[in-house]
Amino acid sequence: MGDLSLDIEQGSIVALLGPSGCGKTTTLRMINRLIEPTAGTIEIDGVDVTTMPAQDLRRGIGYVIQQVGLFPHRSIATNIATVPKMLKWDKQRTADRVLELTELVGLDAEMLDRYPDELSGGQQQRVGVARALAADPPVLLMDEPFGAVDPIVRGRLQDELLDLQTKVRKTIVLVTHDVDEALRVADRIALLNVGGVLEQFDVPDEIMRSPANEFVEQFVGEDRGLRRLGLNLVSSLPHHRGPVVSIDAPPDEGLEAAEQEGVAWVGVLDGGSFVGWAAVDELRTHGTLRAVPRTQPAAQVTPDSTLRAAMEQIMVSNTSVAVIDDGGSFGGVVTLEDIRAALASPARSNGIR
Amino acid sequence: MIAEARNPIIRWEWVVEQWDQIWEAIIEHLTLTVLAMLLGIVVSAVLAAIALRFRWTMTPITATTSLIYTLPSVALFALLAPVFGNLALATAVIPLAGYTLLILVTNTVAGFQAVPRSVRDAADGMGLTPTRRVLSVELPLAMPYIMTGVRIATVSTVGLVTVAAIIGQGGLGRLIFNGLSRAFWTPMTVGAGLSIILALTLDAILLGIAALATPWTRRKAAT
Repeated sequence: MGDLSLDIEQGSIVALLGPSGCGKTTTLRMINRLIEPTAGTIEIDGVDVTTMPAQDLRRGIGYVIQQVGLFPHRSIATNIATVPKMLKWDKQRTADRVLELTELVGLDAEMLDRYPDELSGGQQQRVGVARALAADPPVLLMDEPFGAVDPIVRGRLQDELLDLQTKVRKTIVLVTHDVDEALRVADRIALLNVGGVLEQFDVPDEIMRSPANEFVEQFVGEDRGLRRLGLNLVSSLPHHRGPVVSIDAPPDEGLEAAEQEGVAWVGVLDGGSFVGWAAVDELRTHGTLRAVPRTQPAAQVTPDSTLRAAMEQIMVSNTSVAVIDDGGSFGGVVTLEDIRAALASPARSNGIR
Repeated sequence: MIAEARNPIIRWEWVVEQWDQIWEAIIEHLTLTVLAMLLGIVVSAVLAAIALRFRWTMTPITATTSLIYTLPSVALFALLAPVFGNLALATAVIPLAGYTLLILVTNTVAGFQAVPRSVRDAADGMGLTPTRRVLSVELPLAMPYIMTGVRIATVSTVGLVTVAAIIGQGGLGRLIFNGLSRAFWTPMTVGAGLSIILALTLDAILLGIAALATPWTRRKAAT
């Protein structure tokens, strides 16, 4: 391992990402001292981890590994209760906690009496997470936690982790070699190179937008522009109201709006809600906007949609604009041009392609 | 066949007549077997622990226990007789225990080595102390292997005990030797037959104990 310095924010998920041999697992295992650091310090909440007995330290840190490592000779309930039992919790408290965790990770309570070998891979991994969370540790270490399950289950477990995180707010350090996994779950990504060299430590979108160097650029792949579509939300775009007019406004106002945007249609709003598109030609032949025939919007997104979803909507509905529906009221529009502009980074605009 | 009317394979009157002696032989046979197994288990546990802790000792330990295993039992009993005396329990038990070591050590080591790395890693990562990890995780998981070793060693020990008859012990073996020396079938049949029954019974009991001690292995087979 070379020099490595990371500052991990409490309650966030940090992914240690890199090729094999980059020391990501070693880094993780130094945090709970399964590997003793030979130099340097690791602090949790300001406390140097080497100042307490290793066993005490580990009981206060959740640990999830790829192969799960459930105890095959113990029931699911006993597996989950491993750390509480060591901490000498009383029986009732332990039982209550086991039940609570079972629900939290989405397991059926009737599985508690089974042995690990009687569960599927995905279920075992959920038990692994429940077991790691048993004593409510503030820090959770995850070493390729979803590496051993098939892609469909992996995707579901990743979503569950994010969902779980909104409830438990742990500081999670997750090791992975899968760029997509890191992009999907991490708040920040530490990209490591062989020998434990930290190449970049930043939020996913920033790594995608401006890779620090050639290594990062190669590691995250050719299609990082497209990947950013999945990382950015519609709400992150600059507000674009689009050519819209109130239904009670005179038709001329609609013509003006269309002309300003250089389009042949306008959106019609009724009491803050979008009620449809009206063609410019029709505006000219009708006395009031209310009388103009309207077509319902084909592409609709919400502020929480990703740009990828917005683009998908626009593509399949064969238009060039999607309407943002912000809880029933009109929230502006998204055009392909808006998306393109958002992804275009000054750093790349005159560089690649 | 010489098994004519006067010397049949088995003469039941003799069995009834000699029952006290037969019973005594069974008890002695059982005692020798159990003592030899207990000693064997204790010694093999120590050897296995050394072999697992210091990997380089694995080869010499295996070589030594293999060597013991190859020694002719008759010679070994005869060799120890002058040391402890013919009728001393140790004279019979020590060699018998010696023969169990190869099987017991090999199986015990294999059992611990079969514990998945991930299970050990998870145990350490959750803060189990090494002692606790070995006793509450690794030992139970190694148990099916260890019990298999114990069963094989027990069955073979029951057979070997008969040989200890040459030093005046040997339980049912004495019946066999007695019959041999008189060309009288009945004691031989009774001695050999009971020895087989004893071996099978002990094996069945151990199988039952193993199944009770490792419930998770049964459940897996059922699914």
